Amino acid sequence: MRRWHRRHLLGMVDLSGEEITQILDVADQFAGVLDRPIRSVPTLRGWTVVNLFFESSTRTRVSFELAEKRLGADTISFSASASSVNKGETLRDTARNIEAMRVDSVVIRHGSVGAPHFLTQHISSAIINAGDGTHEHPTQALLDLMTIRRHFGRIAGLRVSIIGDVLHSRVARSDMWGLKTMGAEVTLCGPATLLPKHTESFPARVTTNLDAALDGADVVYALRIQRERQELGLFPTIREYTRLYGITAERLDRTAPEAVVMHPGPINRGWELSDDVADGPRSLILEQVTYGVAVRMAALYLTAGRDPTSLNLAPR
Amino acid sequence: METLILRGGRVLDPTQGLDGPADLVLADGAVAEILSPGRAAAGRQVDVTGLLVCPGFIDIHVHLRDPGFEYKETIESGALAAVAGGITSVVAMPNTDPPPDNAEAVRGFYDRARRAACRVTTLGTITVGRKGETLSEMGDLVEAGVVGFSDDGSPVRNSRVLLNAMEYARPFGKPIVSHCEDADLAAGGHMNEGVVSAELGIRGIPAIAESLDVERNIALAHYAGAHLHVCHVSAAASVEVIRRGRVLPGGRITCETAPHYLALADEAVRSFDTHVKMNPPLRTKADQDALKEALRDGTIDAIATDHAPHAPEEKAVEFDQAPFGIIGLETSIGVVWTELVAPSVLTPIQVVEKMSANPARIHGLPGGTLAPGSPADVTVIDPARRWIVPERFRSKSRNSPFVGRGLVGKAVLTIVAGEVRYDEDGRAG
Repeated sequence: MRRWHRRHLLGMVDLSGEEITQILDVADQFAGVLDRPIRSVPTLRGWTVVNLFFESSTRTRVSFELAEKRLGADTISFSASASSVNKGETLRDTARNIEAMRVDSVVIRHGSVGAPHFLTQHISSAIINAGDGTHEHPTQALLDLMTIRRHFGRIAGLRVSIIGDVLHSRVARSDMWGLKTMGAEVTLCGPATLLPKHTESFPARVTTNLDAALDGADVVYALRIQRERQELGLFPTIREYTRLYGITAERLDRTAPEAVVMHPGPINRGWELSDDVADGPRSLILEQVTYGVAVRMAALYLTAGRDPTSLNLAPR
Repeated sequence: METLILRGGRVLDPTQGLDGPADLVLADGAVAEILSPGRAAAGRQVDVTGLLVCPGFIDIHVHLRDPGFEYKETIESGALAAVAGGITSVVAMPNTDPPPDNAEAVRGFYDRARRAACRVTTLGTITVGRKGETLSEMGDLVEAGVVGFSDDGSPVRNSRVLLNAMEYARPFGKPIVSHCEDADLAAGGHMNEGVVSAELGIRGIPAIAESLDVERNIALAHYAGAHLHVCHVSAAASVEVIRRGRVLPGGRITCETAPHYLALADEAVRSFDTHVKMNPPLRTKADQDALKEALRDGTIDAIATDHAPHAPEEKAVEFDQAPFGIIGLETSIGVVWTELVAPSVLTPIQVVEKMSANPARIHGLPGGTLAPGSPADVTVIDPARRWIVPERFRSKSRNSPFVGRGLVGKAVLTIVAGEVRYDEDGRAG
């Protein structure tokens, strides 16, 4: 396998199957570390990582912080509200100031599409995209792929249906690219106003019919519905959304017998997933969170230029 | 003032049906004579062998940012940029601060424009403050010298106000110049709504936001019997509406497109480079093809740059934070020649129609012709000049997507009122 050569992890759209497999294989090794009595492996000792979170997020930030600490890196987190952004500092200046303090990696979550790409032009640190607006969220897609691969033993040939506000979802986009590259069949489903209008180039079936999307699906991936979108007039009420697109145990009857349910979190209980589905035997939601740390360890490790073949951790 | 004789060039003048070798005599600020090549004449001989000698190009959509945003551009710097690009005359857009919604402001503008390197005129606003509510004192503005009315970069949303403006302005004989945009459909968008915006997750501005408002404007213009000029046409859908609408009775419909719509499509936004962000946005290849066909069949009358300077730090931000707009004065001829003339979409004389004769006609400006007695405004183009767009511009701003791009075709000599204002190769000594 060719050695990982990317300095940044900005998105899934141009990762090859080989690159994705490499990240997942390294993540598998790190997953083993997380179950040991001493849950760390100091391969990034001396490496400094800054988490630049311009959008509030507890889960992703904590997941990255844990990943960084497990690797022995020095880590510091910066959140927009408590910062110079409020004094009108531009993204470019914020990043350059932080780089001047000599950091090696920057993990950035930002509300603007293309913000991580913008950063690559202004600072020289390794950049990991932790979510840029409605564009991509590569580590989420990677942990989703890892979860699927671990559960089914494969990704190719599986039928994955992503349900919800696809139009505004970076998770849906990243998952679609990643799943397609790994050979899965993807269906996107939601109300017409929450699907992009021009999906001719999408490597996925697009439908507004939930039953058709669930028919024979191996993975049902529910996206979070946001009240802000309802306030934009894109759909009438949460109640109607839940009635038409909420995943309930009965709806799941149409799926493949061994089908699983996934969600990027946090869940709106009773909206996109009913309580019993969220907590039920088909749910892989908590596994996703566990593998999230392992995948982020892998992403940090590889973008730091470390050699994956020199990792000697027995996978779990 | 020296008499100039331009020798050895090919004179292109659609208003006189001229396209062939001829020498041009400029005296006392006017075109004196068109000579058969080599005929004796007294004056400073300027060698333009192998070059195209055209009536001065006129850019009817330029944001000079003056007054109010002088850090982006001024009348002075904009005019220097214009002549470097072969432009002899510009029409300034009214989204300045304060806007030209009263005669005093317009007189002040013309006072400052007196010493500019090229001719500078301005539009007046349609409504006071460009707010779209009450009509500005159009009669007064005409007297102060405006050559048309516009609320550009904003549409006039209220149809009653727009209709009143068209009716009221009709006797003054100046066009209503419309930035056509359905603001509700376009709201929140940063690029064309299409396959690329769906993949990137960037909120899009659908083509129908433009074509729907073009349709509304045309219907009102016919009802009012007014002259409507549609700015910066970007979409095939708008072209179709204009093609059907211009032959209907009532009003007079003219329109323009910009060089960047011919050179770039929404695919360019994949780089997240803010130098491809403007409003209306870059559309698809199919839209480009429709614009080119519309230029060929005369549906689109003019090419104007929508030169929109912004300071570097304003554009060096995240894509959705960046202001809309790119500069264009210094690259318009190069881009048009490369994208239209080189691939034989338009002939050189057709370009002269779109960039000189028709712009003059649309606003009733002097120039656009080399008929003897007309102003000595001349653009001399080297159609074979290969050049790379440099990083430094004469404009105060540098927000161009063409930096580093190889173009063919360049204005090498620009003459305004009989005086050489730009001379790339030192031909005029």
